[in-house]
Amino acid sequence: MALLQISEPGMSTAPHQHRLAVGIDLGTTNSLVATVRNGISVALNDQDGRGMLPSVVCYTADGSVSVGEAAQHAQSADPINTIVSVKRFMGRGLRDIGDISRLPYRFVDEGGMVQLRTRAGVKSPVEVSAEILRVLRHRAEAALGGELVGAVITVPAYFDDAQRQATKDAARLAGINVLRLLNEPTAAAIAYGLDNAAEGLYAVYDLGGGTFDISLLRLSRGVFEVLAANGDSALGGDDFDQRVYCWLLEKNNLSALPPRDTRLLLSQARVAKEQLTEHDEARITAVLSGGEIIDNVLTRREFQDLTQNLVQRTLQPMRRALRDAGLDKADIKGVVMVGGATRMPHIQQAVGAFFGQTPLNNLDPDKVVALGAAIQANVLAGNRGADEWLLLDVLPLSLGLETMGGLTEKIIPRNTTIPTARAQEFTTFRDGQTAMSVHVVQGERELVEDCRSLAKFELRGIPPMVAGAARIRVTFQVDADGLLSVAAREMSSGVEQSIVVKPSYGLLDEEITRMLQDSAQHAQDDMRARALREQQTEAAQLLEAVEQALAQDAALLREEEAGTIRQGMANLREVMTQHEPVAIRRALETLNRATTEFAQRRMDQSVQHALAGHKISELEE
Amino acid sequence: MTITLTEKAAKHVLNFIAKRGKGVGLRIGVRTSGCSGMAYKLEFVDALGGDDLEFDSNGVKVLVDPQSLPYIDGMELDFVREGLNEGFKFNNPNVKNQCGCGESFQV
Repeated sequence: MALLQISEPGMSTAPHQHRLAVGIDLGTTNSLVATVRNGISVALNDQDGRGMLPSVVCYTADGSVSVGEAAQHAQSADPINTIVSVKRFMGRGLRDIGDISRLPYRFVDEGGMVQLRTRAGVKSPVEVSAEILRVLRHRAEAALGGELVGAVITVPAYFDDAQRQATKDAARLAGINVLRLLNEPTAAAIAYGLDNAAEGLYAVYDLGGGTFDISLLRLSRGVFEVLAANGDSALGGDDFDQRVYCWLLEKNNLSALPPRDTRLLLSQARVAKEQLTEHDEARITAVLSGGEIIDNVLTRREFQDLTQNLVQRTLQPMRRALRDAGLDKADIKGVVMVGGATRMPHIQQAVGAFFGQTPLNNLDPDKVVALGAAIQANVLAGNRGADEWLLLDVLPLSLGLETMGGLTEKIIPRNTTIPTARAQEFTTFRDGQTAMSVHVVQGERELVEDCRSLAKFELRGIPPMVAGAARIRVTFQVDADGLLSVAAREMSSGVEQSIVVKPSYGLLDEEITRMLQDSAQHAQDDMRARALREQQTEAAQLLEAVEQALAQDAALLREEEAGTIRQGMANLREVMTQHEPVAIRRALETLNRATTEFAQRRMDQSVQHALAGHKISELEE
Repeated sequence: MTITLTEKAAKHVLNFIAKRGKGVGLRIGVRTSGCSGMAYKLEFVDALGGDDLEFDSNGVKVLVDPQSLPYIDGMELDFVREGLNEGFKFNNPNVKNQCGCGESFQV
């Protein structure tokens, strides 16, 4: 322990001065690394001055791995071994990916996360992402001249536990210590300093290369909460290039082109699109392999007409997001633009008109997410003063477990700030029960089957006791990255079992949003379904108890009494399968009444047994 | 909720304040810094006030800001000589981990 001296007020020295930490935007199309230098967040470029690293990994013939532009060049020649947009496969099973026939990869489906067979062997999306992260880590270490303390890595707000865990695993594989996973829209908001802004509601409009996301955030007491996320996973800046490309084909009376020409024209289309942000017209020239000469002028006006419906397509998810969150456009205090495609003036206009305010766009929209992540990393690494406490994140969906009858018991409600830990006590359902299955689920619905299953484990070695006597304490703990560990402990014997949630991979992108919507839409149904399940569970419990009692003490009953009870049981069994809680309740009560006398006699009998052979005087003592 | 100074530590604090010529007490706190997450802050205090909590130990007024208190509650501040070096030492019951040099810690 070092010995300290007293400092002048406010002059305490920081130990180990500046600690190197970065923010990483691990994107579908491009990735980027940024850091805070002299108090300002800046993107780190490679030796050639390029900031963006295309998220492309190629396993080359000579056994090496190339990442970024080099890999991009190999894409058309060697599509099987060149992995693009690997982010779409992170934490996903083959079934989740959808139409794989359009993808050139050789997928390996062994349950769990999908794998890709490449020249270098079978690779998981985690390994492929790790290659990208490794390049960014080396770039950062070269630029900063030291080893990184850690990084904040951004993920889409809709990423579930499986996808987040996969991202964390990729970082670990790349030798990066993950300080925190941060939601992309939250990172963008931080870059604009909105974490220091007035409390309120903010929209983040993120139009990337191939995906569109809209997120609504609420800032309160320094905590960003994602209220709603929506989007279109098949809409991005590339679609704008595609429109220009089609326009070129039409203008020049061309039909299907060889791949080389397609690529050439697409890249010329992209150049034109970018020029039209600054200029009123752009000239597109190219010489095709067949000798045809392309020379067209595209005006900004024409471009806008060509792509207007793409812009319109982004408005629909915005309306949906507002509706999900129960908000009005006028509630939104600020709009943040993310993604290179948002530079296009007609997008700025459309978004501005939609929200009735000028969107924030003075930061580079390609870099804003990484810049925000870097600011957060800087805080987490401890490079800022004591007064700046950590920004918190919240849980997007409730976490709970399955109780008898397939009902969900929520342990940690959604929107709880993380890290957090909650515990609840449960008990056994049957006499002499020695094991209990703990089924961890995520979601808002009342029935387990409507929620997402995260993990299952069994607590064994519970000492046999009557039903309801055991006390089993289940603790849920969520770390700062939104990852969950669950522990169950039987209190009298101390047996304990725990699990770190390695989620069963496979939740669709839109699922979180959908799950939230469903829970609102089905609230009424769910309440009814819950009531039904509760009655059914109670009925099962009663039937079992009566059954057991009959097996032991049927002799205590007269023929017709036994008949009434059996009749009541049969009736209850029949009603149980119908979906009518009230009827079940009625049958339950009937059976209960029919067995009251029986229970009384059994009680008397056991008292007699207990008393047999004892004198009254003995009992009085 | 206590923060205490050993007699020796208190004597040195009073000496330092006397030598400095001004100051009404000692501020102890933590901040997010250093390789293990938190670092101690040990400063003179020239003015009282704010929402600081005050403790008196062996004649020294100790001020702690409410955010720091949970991390150092129950702590004893000692003054020790180790070889040629002498200075204040924190005996903090909340610490779970600290880095090699001991300037930074985790709770």
